[in-house]
Amino acid sequence: MAPLLDERARADALVARIQAAVTRPMALMEVCGTHTMAIGHHGLRSRMPAGLRLVSGPGCPVCVTPAEDVDRAIAMAKEPGVIVATFGDMIKVPGTRGSLAKARSEGAQVQVVYSPLDALRLAQDKPDHTVVFVGIGFETTTPTIAATMLRARAAGVENFCVLPAFKVVPQAMEALVLSPQTDIDGFICPGHVTALIGVAPYLPLAEKYGVPCVVTGFEALDILEGVAMLVEQIAAGEARVENQYKRAVPYEGNPKAMAIVDQVLQPCDAMWRGVGVIPGTGLEPRPEFASMDARTRVPVEIPPPADLPKGCSCGAVMLGLLLPSECPLFGKACTPASAVGPCMVSSEGACAAYYKYGGA
Amino acid sequence: MGARILLDHGEGGAASARLVSEVFLRWLGAPPVLEDAAVVPGAPRLAISTDSFVVRPPFFPGGNIGKLAVCGTVNDLAMMGATPRYLTCAFILEEGLELDELDKIVAAMAATAAEAGVTVVAGDTKVVGRGEVDGVFINTTGVGFVPQDVTLSAGACQPGDRVLVSGPIGDHGTAVMLAREGFGIQSDLVSCCQPLADLAAVVLEVAPGLRCMRDPTRGGLATTLLELCEASSVGIVLSEAALPIRRQVRAATDLLGLDPLYVACEGRLIAVVPDHQADAALAAMRAHPRGVGAAIVGAVVEAPAKLVLETGMGGRRPLVALEGAQLPRIC
Repeated sequence: MAPLLDERARADALVARIQAAVTRPMALMEVCGTHTMAIGHHGLRSRMPAGLRLVSGPGCPVCVTPAEDVDRAIAMAKEPGVIVATFGDMIKVPGTRGSLAKARSEGAQVQVVYSPLDALRLAQDKPDHTVVFVGIGFETTTPTIAATMLRARAAGVENFCVLPAFKVVPQAMEALVLSPQTDIDGFICPGHVTALIGVAPYLPLAEKYGVPCVVTGFEALDILEGVAMLVEQIAAGEARVENQYKRAVPYEGNPKAMAIVDQVLQPCDAMWRGVGVIPGTGLEPRPEFASMDARTRVPVEIPPPADLPKGCSCGAVMLGLLLPSECPLFGKACTPASAVGPCMVSSEGACAAYYKYGGA
Repeated sequence: MGARILLDHGEGGAASARLVSEVFLRWLGAPPVLEDAAVVPGAPRLAISTDSFVVRPPFFPGGNIGKLAVCGTVNDLAMMGATPRYLTCAFILEEGLELDELDKIVAAMAATAAEAGVTVVAGDTKVVGRGEVDGVFINTTGVGFVPQDVTLSAGACQPGDRVLVSGPIGDHGTAVMLAREGFGIQSDLVSCCQPLADLAAVVLEVAPGLRCMRDPTRGGLATTLLELCEASSVGIVLSEAALPIRRQVRAATDLLGLDPLYVACEGRLIAVVPDHQADAALAAMRAHPRGVGAAIVGAVVEAPAKLVLETGMGGRRPLVALEGAQLPRIC
């Protein structure tokens, strides 16, 4: 148990740095759902000085997937000869009416996979079916899906396609900064995403908009150090991009993985659930991979989508305008057992994290 | 292939009699005359407890369902300050169960009963068709004697009391889960499954002010402490840094998204003792072979506080009741 005590001393020192720097109200956004979970798990919010607010951002790929894409996946799963393959955390997310889980209970073909390669294997095993993989995720997931598309092409698997619902993070952060509603003094940047895209994409946030950014790891001490680095920049009136998570994140990221993404996918506008369309924040197959775009391979009609259930504040939560516990439905009408909105459904959603860790 | 359980073994005829004598009485001992119920010498204050065991798989590192079926019930008695004395056991067997397996299970029951100082005085066997039960389920009912001056209760905790746990938490649930699911994880972790009556007696002796004891089975330490908070209308502050958790348990639960605070133990006891007797209770636990890894992990505080974890980072977060089971069928 000795290492924990040692960590505690280091934590106390970081908290002292944070307290010294927070001389006026400040708000930091942790963009990534994994950070939200870790902050709750370690009870870090309780160690922050009163003037410092940590707000959650749109950092859970499941939560930001619009109802429209869920509706489309459900409609595809109901088509004869079509199997929809998806990561498990997507399956309970409500669309306009029902979820993939509900569609499956009604006979639609929905299969949970742990990797896009499993979906490709499924397509190879079932040549008389069309397998649609639900392509959700940020830069951390996109490269493996793009690589799977390349592999499908190389292996001549023609019954595999992808429903593109990809999102990119830095451009969305820029949109948050530009939004008149939000007031964020600094970004706790997602370590895992940055390990792919590198540090440079955050430079405009600091240099153009004056918002400090610190690429941060996921251990409790990483997060405390990231927060300390941010509040010290803010206190000094600086705005730089710093990398707290150097042990995992090289400055240039993973250019090889990003090249694979670039070979297969191109930027497009994307709808973020509860937020709206943000130009240039999505990815879709390039024209030469159009045959792997599920939207053209399995054309479906969907009713006009209703983005969020009535009364749900997930949009405001994902913009950092509202803490999950400030939503009137939180913990009452909306719990993990009977979730109303996507942020309570996904295990890394901000509402689910707050609920699991007792609203802390 | 060895002999197997047949439906006839549960029908009360000659096959039943053979099973009783060749497996159960062989291991658990024969009373002079087989009666419909055991008549035993008693004491004015009895503790009685019953529990059913459905663990999957029935054999796991550190024990099997037979050992568990004795420990589970004996420990429930011991937590009330009782000296466990008698046990009944009822088996529900699936047609086709290998007799060798049953033999090993009953042998483990006998060994554990001897270790715990209890006598199995009555039993019952039913056999059901294939697929109607999963291998073997066991119910045990235990009777223990409670000394006149012992009154332990979950409702007796008071602000200022200390909370002790007798060893590393989460071993049993994690070991069973790894035995069941594998997940490709190699581990030398074994279940903590063991009878606790002797350890409980030692605690009671050195800490006469003992408020209550509990063995944190399903739902683990956090769920058990939440029950104490509720029953005593108090709060408890747990110190994460003080919690004994094995590296293997921490790693496996971390990987699988489970919280070791909610993972079952089957051979650990929680004791709530007045502050001035806490050190004595801790020393006595640590001096006992079943309590070597004991630690003081928390303190009772005034309501309205509930159960709070002071994290290794000095943060505080409430520990809340789980929505459902983290792991089904671990006991």
